[in-house]
Amino acid sequence: MYVAVKGGERAIRNAHKLLARRRRGDTSVPALTLEQIAGQLAHSVARVMGEGSLYDEMLAALAIKQARGDLIEAAFLMRAYRTTLPRFGYSRPIDTARMLVERRVSATYKDLPGGQVLGPTFDYSHRLLDFALAAEDDGSDLPVDTAPVTDEPMPRVTDLLGEEGLIEPDPVTDEDAPVGDLTREPLSFPADRDLRLQNLARGDEGFLLALAYSTQRGYGRTHPFAGEIRYGEVEVEFFAEELGFAVTLGTIKVTECQMVNQFQGTAKAAPTFTRGYGLVFGQVERKAMSMAMVDRSMRWQELGEEQTAPAQDVEFVLSHSDNIQATGFVEHLKLPHYVDFQAELDLVRRMRAEWFDRRKADATDGNQGRKAAE
Amino acid sequence: MSIAVETDDELPVEGDYNFAYLDEQTKRMIRRAILKGIAIPGYQVPFAAREMPMPYGWGTGGVQVTAAILGKDDCLKMIDQGSDDTTNAVSLRSFFEKTAGIRTTYETSEATVIQTRHRIPEKPLTEDQVLVFQVPIPEPLRFLEPRETETRKMHALEDYGLMHVKLYEDIARNGHIATTYAYPVKVNDRYVMDPSPTPKFDNPKIDRMAALQLYGAGREKRIYAVPPYTEVKSLDFEDYPFEIQKFDKPCGLCGAENVYLDEVILDDRGGRMFVCSDSDHCEERRADGHLGPMAADPAAADIAGPTGKETAR
Repeated sequence: MYVAVKGGERAIRNAHKLLARRRRGDTSVPALTLEQIAGQLAHSVARVMGEGSLYDEMLAALAIKQARGDLIEAAFLMRAYRTTLPRFGYSRPIDTARMLVERRVSATYKDLPGGQVLGPTFDYSHRLLDFALAAEDDGSDLPVDTAPVTDEPMPRVTDLLGEEGLIEPDPVTDEDAPVGDLTREPLSFPADRDLRLQNLARGDEGFLLALAYSTQRGYGRTHPFAGEIRYGEVEVEFFAEELGFAVTLGTIKVTECQMVNQFQGTAKAAPTFTRGYGLVFGQVERKAMSMAMVDRSMRWQELGEEQTAPAQDVEFVLSHSDNIQATGFVEHLKLPHYVDFQAELDLVRRMRAEWFDRRKADATDGNQGRKAAE
Repeated sequence: MSIAVETDDELPVEGDYNFAYLDEQTKRMIRRAILKGIAIPGYQVPFAAREMPMPYGWGTGGVQVTAAILGKDDCLKMIDQGSDDTTNAVSLRSFFEKTAGIRTTYETSEATVIQTRHRIPEKPLTEDQVLVFQVPIPEPLRFLEPRETETRKMHALEDYGLMHVKLYEDIARNGHIATTYAYPVKVNDRYVMDPSPTPKFDNPKIDRMAALQLYGAGREKRIYAVPPYTEVKSLDFEDYPFEIQKFDKPCGLCGAENVYLDEVILDDRGGRMFVCSDSDHCEERRADGHLGPMAADPAAADIAGPTGKETAR
């Protein structure tokens, strides 16, 4: 009834109360703790930190709890909180070559300096529901053999290729050159790679996955190889002007993916391997890989390639990757639109009346025509 | 004021927010965009819209503009679909009550700032008032050309041929222009502008309005403005002049004519009633003793809600 959109105040208050109760669920079951979410739903937490663009495991766990497990809603809570935080400055670039690696795999070499480190992965598990988890088994007594941590350096695969000159060098940029920040300046086009990567890092995992997949199926082929995927802990450093040197603020866990792409060369550039880059908070390999593939796709212009596919279209990709924006605009259709609908109602009624009038007039003309012919 | 207090190991505690939620630096950034918008009427100024605590599409652009211009002495009116008590209007009003602690009102004439979605109040606004619109898609050319790079160029070159062709094709196909809301206008004889999805009924009010009009699009990160008394012309042709919607009945509750009406379905047997979309205008007229043809109908009591100004504060 119409009344439903009137007197909204009490309705909203009651809806909030009901939501809070539904969120809590059956009170005879203990409530989730943030430690449980952060510790046992690490992939959810990582996704929420990445798309929420804020690294804090406990806040992400809180957001997931508050959002009843809706990860986009949780990322939105993180974003809204993030905008209220003061900014002290920008950290120095993280050095993933100095990562404390927990997992590192390369698909392009059988073995390489530093070795292949499988680490925690679903890659080789058989997807059989483990009913022991449903029972009381909490899995805590599993003995795990791990290789001792060594100081052996773990150079990036792209650096190994780079020594031979087989892959395009990383672009050299002045360390003092400003880096774009689309949370401070509105995105405008053409967008340089720094902004594109920032946008992808905050972008929706599903959207990037679908775009990356489309490039594998012929919509803008990039011939990718997973040069390297590494996951682990890196230090975040901040250059303190007052001190004159950089101090470590803490560590974050990131997944880095370097895609190595075949490139035939053009009149502009010699044949060489080219790069696609992905970096995300936490262990989110699916997104890091997708990001690297989409990044490479969007570089068609600088490499003198042809633009033929959606994944190459910078404006299309960057304008639709943000799931907080997307979900807002799609879901806002739930808000009342009856003023505009009234205008459309009026128009459709008028146009229908005109259509029927015309048809009636045509039919009369037609009959008269036939009679005349008889 | 601090936004949140963070101690070493604990989660942040919700503390006081800055006046009207946004920090002062952000407000200054938004005000600069507003000033630029006023200086170039109808031009879409890019601004670094922030993530707000309500979703994109719920009025984040309007909320940021309002937050940037509100002062402690302002009195805010918040409407959605012309009404003060639709759910989102209620929600956004309480947001500013909470974060700015300012006075709010349902009465158009009492407000200094009016934030709206989809309507312009029926009562003419004054020089002392600012009207803030929530805008979903600020680009009037967007559905003719999806690329921002292209549409910006078209505005720069004042190349609006595509829009005229669209309107012409409407007439050729349907006999009239099939745009009923978000009807494009030309501001100060320069920029074609989307007046936000208000029904075209409201377009004449935009022209030479005494109040300052500010338009905020949060997701699309654009602000634009129409300064007081600026000429705003709805696009049309000499032989097909612009026309607004006409209702053949007056408001069922207050009998007002020449106002925008909502159609209310009363039952499943075709029972309908038309009532003022601007709920404050309707209440004021009823308080003054105006009665519509259906004011005595039992359905009217339900629709009108609590009469008079009981709900206003």
